[in-house]
Amino acid sequence: MTEMQVTGPAEQLFNEQLRYRLDNWIAKYPVNQTQSALIPCMHLIQDANGGWLSDDLLKALAVYLDLPFISVMEVATFYTMFELSPVGQHKISVCTNISCQLCGSEAIVEHLQQRLGVTLGETTADGKFTLKEVECLGACCGAPMLLLDKQYHEFLTPEKVDELLEGIK
Amino acid sequence: MVNIEIDGIPLSVDSSKMIIQAADEAGVDIPRFCYHKKLSVAANCRMCLVEVDGSRKALPACATLVSEGMQIRTQSKIARDAQRAVMEFLLINHPLDCPICDQGGECELQDMSMGYGAGVSRFSERKRVVPDKNIGPLIQTDMTRCIHCTRCVRFGQEIAGIKELGATGRGEHMEIGTYVEHSLVSELSGNIIDLCPVGALTSKPFRYKARAWEMTAHPSVAPHDAVGSNIEVHVRRNEVMRVVPRDNEDLNESWISDRDRFSYLGLNHPERCLKPLIKIQGQWQETDWQTALEYAVEGLKSVKAKNGADQIAGLISPTATTEEAYLFQKWLRGLGTDNIDHRLRQQDFADDACDYSLQDWDLSALSRSDAIVMLGCSVRSEQPIIAHRIRQANLRGAAVFDINFVRHELFMPDVHQHAVSPKAMMQMLSGIVKSLLPLAKDIDTSDWLPLLPDRSPTAAEQNVAMQLSNADESVILLGELLEQHPQGAKFRKLVSLICRLTGAKLVWLPTANSVGHWQAGAIPRPKASEAVPLNALSMWQQSCRAYVLFNVEPELDCINPSLAMSSLQHASFVVQINNFVTEQMQSYADVILPLAAFTETSGTFISINKEWQTFTGAVAAKGDSRPGWKILRVLGNLSRLSDFEYVSSEEVLSTLKTELRIQPHGEQQTYLPEDLLLDKGLTYISEVPSYRCDPLVRRSIALQQTPEMQDLTTVKIHPELAEKLSLQDGQQVLLSQNDQQHALELRLDETIAHDCVYLPATTSVSARLGAGMTGVEIKSAGSLT
Repeated sequence: MTEMQVTGPAEQLFNEQLRYRLDNWIAKYPVNQTQSALIPCMHLIQDANGGWLSDDLLKALAVYLDLPFISVMEVATFYTMFELSPVGQHKISVCTNISCQLCGSEAIVEHLQQRLGVTLGETTADGKFTLKEVECLGACCGAPMLLLDKQYHEFLTPEKVDELLEGIK
Repeated sequence: MVNIEIDGIPLSVDSSKMIIQAADEAGVDIPRFCYHKKLSVAANCRMCLVEVDGSRKALPACATLVSEGMQIRTQSKIARDAQRAVMEFLLINHPLDCPICDQGGECELQDMSMGYGAGVSRFSERKRVVPDKNIGPLIQTDMTRCIHCTRCVRFGQEIAGIKELGATGRGEHMEIGTYVEHSLVSELSGNIIDLCPVGALTSKPFRYKARAWEMTAHPSVAPHDAVGSNIEVHVRRNEVMRVVPRDNEDLNESWISDRDRFSYLGLNHPERCLKPLIKIQGQWQETDWQTALEYAVEGLKSVKAKNGADQIAGLISPTATTEEAYLFQKWLRGLGTDNIDHRLRQQDFADDACDYSLQDWDLSALSRSDAIVMLGCSVRSEQPIIAHRIRQANLRGAAVFDINFVRHELFMPDVHQHAVSPKAMMQMLSGIVKSLLPLAKDIDTSDWLPLLPDRSPTAAEQNVAMQLSNADESVILLGELLEQHPQGAKFRKLVSLICRLTGAKLVWLPTANSVGHWQAGAIPRPKASEAVPLNALSMWQQSCRAYVLFNVEPELDCINPSLAMSSLQHASFVVQINNFVTEQMQSYADVILPLAAFTETSGTFISINKEWQTFTGAVAAKGDSRPGWKILRVLGNLSRLSDFEYVSSEEVLSTLKTELRIQPHGEQQTYLPEDLLLDKGLTYISEVPSYRCDPLVRRSIALQQTPEMQDLTTVKIHPELAEKLSLQDGQQVLLSQNDQQHALELRLDETIAHDCVYLPATTSVSARLGAGMTGVEIKSAGSLT
């Protein structure tokens, strides 16, 4: 995780490397429509900050994009893909919405909880995994499914989940 | 125009309208929560679903444009079923705590549920609970009641210009709040109380005070700024319970400022004066009106006999009604003095004979203007509704320039701000004139040429000049800090030259009802044969023998508090007619007459649009206080003046109107300053904070608790000036003015202009100081020199 500047003038926030990538996204939208770049910018900052966004980082982003802080928070609190507190090295998001539920997501959740020794919303003691429940991720045709970091895994069975977790070093 | 039919009523409406607008205009009622005529369309409450022929589903009336031949049914089965279903969803998480809810009785949700709600809820699960947020001393939150219409969010974004509230979370976890708890800073924030269709946002000072059906509503007019916002005073058992806005598209639209909404809280302040008081041999005693009035008249008569009538001076607060101003000047002129004024903070009267009346300008011009320049005007605190109008013009694309001695956050999307010292402002204006001179073909500027500096204008000056001259319609607004300046006339004349060169309108923003006071003649009018009468400044400088003060607290309301107080202490007789009584008053006055507040008297305020807005009293005068016009009438009778037999304020008004017809105002004169030079050195910027502008507002406790009203007693300077003077943030400094020194705490603040020392006026600290907008020195309190 690289050191990031969160206070001071807008042109010095974060770090040079990150600013370059944020600016890249901002440039894709018309002038004065920085709000459009908000979600990609939050992804970049979240990735650079070990998978989560602190209030200070979001405040800095609001300054950087010249948006009201509350507008940034509206988006950050709406989407399950943004974490507002520290998470483990890998994030497992299990869909428990209607299609997945009908196809047995409850058993998948149960199995994950037992195997990892945590309940939904918690992080394993070794800090390796965070398990969370999410709403529909739009992969109903492959239900039940989960999202491991940025990869979809479909047609899950407890065995398939074991295989998946063992594949992670 | 398209032809549509709503519930069988054929209508011809503009094709840009939504169904709900067409229905509102035709008087067809469609239920709604999120739609508001002054806000953008959100279409998120779904309450306004109506049936439209040819559409498979019910459509939201607020977000569906009318089209030719549209057949709309608001009462059909499809529409009613849709509305009932939405109502059922809205009530799922609503607590139904109407008996303990302040909104009960005037709640849109309560009313609608009578029409569309089911008698029994099918929802047997637990309702959600949302923690309340503290958003300041004015607004109470009960967030469990929120139905997420987002009117308050859109108000912040679109009208106030600062998005402080937002909807965080998702689905069932969605909450309206500020995320990080803080007080709202908008000067219009109170309007979200009216906007909230449920009891989630209610008035904090009004909490649990009264029920809607217990109160009677009295139309009135707000006295605190020049707009004259239309208000409704809600009264229960002869007590003002709250103030809400009354729609007036020409003035305040649907909004009022927090100052107009919460100033009523000062009415019951413990300092309220309830009995006539007279000082006999140094002892104050309560007395009856007859004794007090006779005492006042006798006192003034004896000063007149001993020292002459020109030793009597009268000052009236510009918040007084036009009738009060008229009778005040009539009475004093009857006593033989012309020393009458209401311009408490003005220092330069050299251009008195010039006409600055706003003859062909009104607020609607702001929305047409392409360029708006504010000079020395802290518009959000001085004239909140005008700030809102300028903001709307700015959003529409008008160029807005804010040239002031301190840079205030304006919440406008694209405003050119310059924080400059008075000297730099004069230079800037001169530069603007210079860049306009090549355009001056038919205008004779030869008088001015020797006064202007010999340099070419800067890019910033050229920009202002270009925007003004290119605009079809433009306006330059002069604010209070410029009015206060001891060389204000030089500024005003230079600005009027700019206006002549560009066709811009010059608007000297009036303080409260000063338009009315000019009409009523509450100003010194020089007569050819006699000595020049004293104005609001010279009557302190000349130290008169007697003063009559009408709702003025000189140590706070006048430009030079220490001078005013010493003149009062030296005077032999002082009459104070005031809403309140303070220790300060008791130290200098001889008679204190309790004055009824604006809610307790009938009268007229003349708005910035020159509209004469007459209102009646909403409650009886408190204690033994009496309406100003009655007090002044009897003072006139006791002084044995003729034509003082008024029996109503309407009679006073019609006399004034007749007089105005008979004797139009004196001829307009021109004035040319000798030079455009200003004093060297630092200037004391004595800005009046928004909630300190008059005696009533100052006593509204809730307004005094707002974050803007904190930290009013520290001196602020720009960090670069501090470096030059080797001063540190937070240290004690000595502010010296006319051989007087005051120890104060220093803050460094980048918003203050260079060579300026900012210290708010109208506080206990400023009350000890001399004239505002004049020179001061500042040094470390540690040094012994």
